[in-house]
Amino acid sequence: MSRILIAAASGGLFGAGLLVSGMTNTVKVQGWLDIFGAWDPTLAFVLGGAILPMLVAWHLTTRRQAAITGASFPARPDPKLGHNLIIGSVLFGAGWGLVGLCPGPAIASLSWGGTGGITFLLAMIAGMLAANPIRLRLDRVAAA
Amino acid sequence: MIPMDWVWGLVGGLMIGTAAALFLLGNGRIMGASGLIGGLVDRSGWGDWPERVAFLAALVVVPALMLPFYAVEVSTNITSNLAIVIAGGLLVGIGTRLANGCTSGHGVCGISRFSLRGIVATVFYLLAGGIAMVLFRHVLGGI
Repeated sequence: MSRILIAAASGGLFGAGLLVSGMTNTVKVQGWLDIFGAWDPTLAFVLGGAILPMLVAWHLTTRRQAAITGASFPARPDPKLGHNLIIGSVLFGAGWGLVGLCPGPAIASLSWGGTGGITFLLAMIAGMLAANPIRLRLDRVAAA
Repeated sequence: MIPMDWVWGLVGGLMIGTAAALFLLGNGRIMGASGLIGGLVDRSGWGDWPERVAFLAALVVVPALMLPFYAVEVSTNITSNLAIVIAGGLLVGIGTRLANGCTSGHGVCGISRFSLRGIVATVFYLLAGGIAMVLFRHVLGGI
């Protein structure tokens, strides 16, 4: 039960932060990416502000055996980069630049995003379903 | 004088980071939006669905409850071109699952851990986002 409550508190605070920061506004996100236009540095403040508490949190994980609910902390990921990380990040970035929404803000803005917001979310979910077959193909090509 | 948008960006960013810290220290998990919803979509994360659903439900409900307190109208200002919306959504969905993370997982949680994967992913999606944006707006004229 406490895991569910913590997840809800975290999701709620994440959503509130996304709204307050302006990241659910596609104009601000595209303004950051548009380095040849009227460049908007807000996103740097958001990312910088978000990294600060996490620097502390990661440091605390080295001093504790386990999380508050008793769960173990996530292991360090395999340092190998791999083709999927690069290809996936490029595809994600292209979609993010086109529309100005990444997954968190797309979900957080569901209640006021209108038809466009719901359409984006449904397309994103369809893309997530398509990702596994695409990964299998990419892996086969990479192995060949 | 620092623009208020930057201040709100920093305040919102601190809230986002605190949410991620709570998820990490409380549940021992990485707060990654694409992974939390993606695991429900492709069934790979059905083992812990209550936690995922609770996170995602609060992510929708809490900002919705805050809207009435905003003096100005809140808008996503998303493009009305549905073909672009669908193409963008598909790319974001495929890309974040292939890369195993998005702005929250790779960006916020990965960079703060000095994870090479998180840093490399962030460099590539920022570059691709900038190139897509510039091509679309300045070369294609926004269609």
